[in-house]
Amino acid sequence: MSNISFALAGIGLFVLGLYALIVHDHLLRKILAINIMGSGVSLVLVALAKHGGDALPDVVPHAMVITGIVVAVSATAVALVLMVKLATETGRAMLPDDSTE
Amino acid sequence: MKLLQVFLTDTHWAIILVLLPLAAAVLCFLFSRVASFIGVTTLFALLLSVVGLGWQMRETGVYHHAIGGWEAPLGIGLYADGLSLLMLAITALVGLGISIYATSYFKHQDAARFWPLWLLLLASLNALYLSADIFNLYITLELVGLAAVALASLTGGPDALAGAMRYLLTTLLGSLAYLLGVALLYHGYGSVDIAILATQAKSEPVLWVAFGLMGTGLALKMALVPLHFWLPATHANASAPVSALLSALVIKGAFYILLRLWLEIFAPHSGGAETLFGLLGSVAVIWGSLQALRQTRLKLLIAYSTVAQLGYLFIAFPLATIAGATVWIAVAYLALSHALAKAAMFLAAGNLIRFGGHDRIADLDRVVQRLPLTAGAFALAGVSIIGLPPSGGFVGKWLLLESALSQGRWDLVMVILLGSLLAAAYVFKVLGRTFTKAPVSHEAHAVPARMEWVALLLACGAILLGFLAPLIIPLMDIGNPFTISGGQP
Repeated sequence: MSNISFALAGIGLFVLGLYALIVHDHLLRKILAINIMGSGVSLVLVALAKHGGDALPDVVPHAMVITGIVVAVSATAVALVLMVKLATETGRAMLPDDSTE
Repeated sequence: MKLLQVFLTDTHWAIILVLLPLAAAVLCFLFSRVASFIGVTTLFALLLSVVGLGWQMRETGVYHHAIGGWEAPLGIGLYADGLSLLMLAITALVGLGISIYATSYFKHQDAARFWPLWLLLLASLNALYLSADIFNLYITLELVGLAAVALASLTGGPDALAGAMRYLLTTLLGSLAYLLGVALLYHGYGSVDIAILATQAKSEPVLWVAFGLMGTGLALKMALVPLHFWLPATHANASAPVSALLSALVIKGAFYILLRLWLEIFAPHSGGAETLFGLLGSVAVIWGSLQALRQTRLKLLIAYSTVAQLGYLFIAFPLATIAGATVWIAVAYLALSHALAKAAMFLAAGNLIRFGGHDRIADLDRVVQRLPLTAGAFALAGVSIIGLPPSGGFVGKWLLLESALSQGRWDLVMVILLGSLLAAAYVFKVLGRTFTKAPVSHEAHAVPARMEWVALLLACGAILLGFLAPLIIPLMDIGNPFTISGGQP
């Protein structure tokens, strides 16, 4: 039963991160929000890998999570560099207003 | 002769297609002084490898290979059918054009930054088209996204950086939604292999939620209206070769995944999603074209035209439930000709910016006399975007229109025709200005002949695609990518 609650917690983190990504203006908060969403997905993967009882958990989702962490680290690095560059150019670590013109 | 045949059929072209650009990217990074040379040579080699793969597949059918003997889920399976082959071919062809253009466009420092990223992007795109399981598709999708973001930020300056940042956040969000869908599918069916999922899939909540997540994530990456907010600024503020590769190639990667998943896994269990796709596609065609018409800057106009043209790809979904393979061939054709034509348009725009120092449409100054090849490139690419015969765009739109007519979908007929009319309006809005003298004259800079010729040749390719239909359509059918797999109802 507990693995279902972990999976639900993972979904909760995903939604929470999505909300934060949309409402916050500061880019660092947006990047953190994306990371929290990623943790949520990882939690879902790991939680659903356990089939309950004493059976050994499925290792494939674990391998996916490890790969996912590598991707998340690289993406975060790129995002942070871009944020710093944008902040040095414009003086604010924020995206300009959402007008596409 | 015999030896050549054995060589052609036994070489693992698909592996070369991924490893070669990867190795070249590292070499370009290490030896930045000869980067352009390494880059262009690699692109020629890639094109030859695609030809080799095509030869191999014509002899032996679909290509399937488990690297190192490890199958999915732990190993990496490579798979290529007619659809993959054509996407690889168009990537190599347009990629070669963009690369030759880039040798004149980027100098010194800029070139040293451009080439490694561009070759990494090519390696990831090729891997994407060859992936046989949904998790590796996620990895390649993420690699393509990161390389594309880095390329988009190359020009520097607040606009390009903000565009790249917005692009990065969007693409990461899209990938995460996709990955959550992968997690659910794996939980539901115990596999990430597309072929296995195709036979296991059932109409049940876990499949619908997974499709919702993956579809939304991919639509976000493809800038399907209303998720297109990031595209115009990003594509318009990048440098010319980068705008061309983003609009022509990168977007098609996400579309390929959506199409592949739809055909193999989701179509029999869609629950009406195709109606929604058709509706959003129609809105994209009309609204994107109207926005393009309103723009005063050339590159923004071309970027909104991408939003509109992508809409056509989605109009096909509701038509395909009845017409099947014909409509998918139309879609593949539209995607191929859009890749050529849009690359030509962005490169032509790059020439105009190099020439006059700006891309304000109203201030284009007698371009036809002064840059005839570039004006010709824009006009020919426009012919394909509008969908006039005999271009590749015409073949695609005609097949779509025919299906819509025979199914009595008058709403879609109207959208397709209106979209073409609006496209004609925005193409001629630009062309009209190229003949006249601008109110303010600008100091003109010389444009290297190579940059003009590449744009023109790519545009000619988009037209030529219309004549090559009888050659290309049989290639698409290798492995029957367009027959919807049965699955369980």
